[in-house]
Amino acid sequence: MAEKIVTQGLNAFFGDVHAVKNVDLRIPEKAITAIIGPSGCGKSTLIRCMNRMHEVVRGARVEGKVLLDGKDIYNPMTDAVQVRTRVGMVFQKPNPFPTMSVYDNVVAGLRLNGEKDWKKLDSAVEQSLRLAALWDEVKTQLDASGVSLSGGQQQRLCIARALAVKPEVLLLDEPCSALDPIATAKIEDLLFDLKDRYTIVIVTHNMQQAARVSDFTAFMYLGELIEFGATKKIFENPEKELTEKYITGRFG
Amino acid sequence: MNAYERRRLKNLLASGLAFACVVLAVVPLVYILIEVVRIGAPAIDWEFLTSRTKGTGEPGEGIGNAILGTLLLVLYASAIGLPVGIFTGIYVSEFGNNSIGTTIRFFNDVLANFPSIVVGLLAYSLVVDYLDVGFSLIAGAFALSIIMIPIVANTTEEALRMVPNSLREGALALGVPRRRAVMRIMLVNAKAGVVTGALLAVARIAGETAPLILTAFYSNYWSASPFEPIASLPQTIFRNYNSPSDELLQQAWGAALVLITIVLAINISVRLLMRSRLRKSKAVRRTWLKRLSLKA
Repeated sequence: MAEKIVTQGLNAFFGDVHAVKNVDLRIPEKAITAIIGPSGCGKSTLIRCMNRMHEVVRGARVEGKVLLDGKDIYNPMTDAVQVRTRVGMVFQKPNPFPTMSVYDNVVAGLRLNGEKDWKKLDSAVEQSLRLAALWDEVKTQLDASGVSLSGGQQQRLCIARALAVKPEVLLLDEPCSALDPIATAKIEDLLFDLKDRYTIVIVTHNMQQAARVSDFTAFMYLGELIEFGATKKIFENPEKELTEKYITGRFG
Repeated sequence: MNAYERRRLKNLLASGLAFACVVLAVVPLVYILIEVVRIGAPAIDWEFLTSRTKGTGEPGEGIGNAILGTLLLVLYASAIGLPVGIFTGIYVSEFGNNSIGTTIRFFNDVLANFPSIVVGLLAYSLVVDYLDVGFSLIAGAFALSIIMIPIVANTTEEALRMVPNSLREGALALGVPRRRAVMRIMLVNAKAGVVTGALLAVARIAGETAPLILTAFYSNYWSASPFEPIASLPQTIFRNYNSPSDELLQQAWGAALVLITIVLAINISVRLLMRSRLRKSKAVRRTWLKRLSLKA
């Protein structure tokens, strides 16, 4: 299977804190990769390095390489803004823009980058909302405020917003941690439907979720990548003792 | 006396003291308002509002030119002070995580509490004297804008900081360039705070007197030229109050009433603006309904 994102000797820092240590990870294309590990192990930081969102934080810096389709996104000639249109991101807490309607939220990325053709915007709204399995629920209230939706709907709205800019990769940073089980199930179904078209990386606290939705799993501990492999193998027959201990709930 | 009674007594004393302080704080304010209305209101009629000052105490005098002067001073000062202040606030909040930002923040705090007469001196030496513009509307507006800038910058910075970081990140993660994320997402979400700060700064400079003595000076004539001396309400009050004529004294009170009304009107519009923010989602709805019905 082809690799979409490859990290080589990736280190990430917050000031003096070494959050991600020398990670070499190969994210397969058009599959779901889950990153699991205890709180504070650098999972979120790792995926934030994949679309150059890490550097947005004050005092943060990155060393090493992240190859997207073989090209280093940390090359000085690479435009971070360009990278982010190719590698979309959904955050832990749903963050629709509160001053915008559902419609405006979905096409925020397009409009803020200058798209003015209403026909294109209209079709992008429908397409993205359908992809995010939200169309049927909100098609009659596209003009309502984005924050008037329920938490689960807001998170799918954020997924639709990320999809509208037509990314190749979708990074999800614990997208269900603020949601109830039903909303979580909807998002998991949605991810399953999306993996034919997108490379998906999901960070999760929830091991059952990783086991349910992902094809590959990476286990991180204290900033290091301990083990990476097919999800089935990681959960049933891990190679490292540390992985097994975490999976079986003996720490973390 | 048991513990409960002691506690009750203490409570009574403390709340009594607090209430006394409230009275102490409110009484002068109410007294001023009543006095201004009592003495000032009889002076106000159409002629008073539309005739110019003469400074002689004759009947037929007014404060029209001073009202115009104050409005022009505020307008010109805002034209300089608001953009500079707002962009300073944006810079400090969004791009100021460095030594430049810290320095600007420090000078803003100092400048915000600067004696306004010193600002007047600066404007005098720079605009009136060095640039040789002379006493003029533009010199006064310059001084007032210097007073505005730190107020507007601080409130803008504060308002932008109140916007959740998740919105900033949400916009950046969509591949939106940083400056556009700031202008179109952050600033829009901070709008109410920015507008409030701007209007409060306007209210503050409308009542400034000291810096105008050294810059805009005074004029008994109608003038709208940026390069001529110009009258203003605070200056009219100051001058008339120092005159022996009862007529002029009453005009001072009338001018005070007009000034308070202008400042109050600005304050009330701030509050109305704050309130209209809550109705905004409905406004969003309406525009979209219109668009959707056009499509159908």
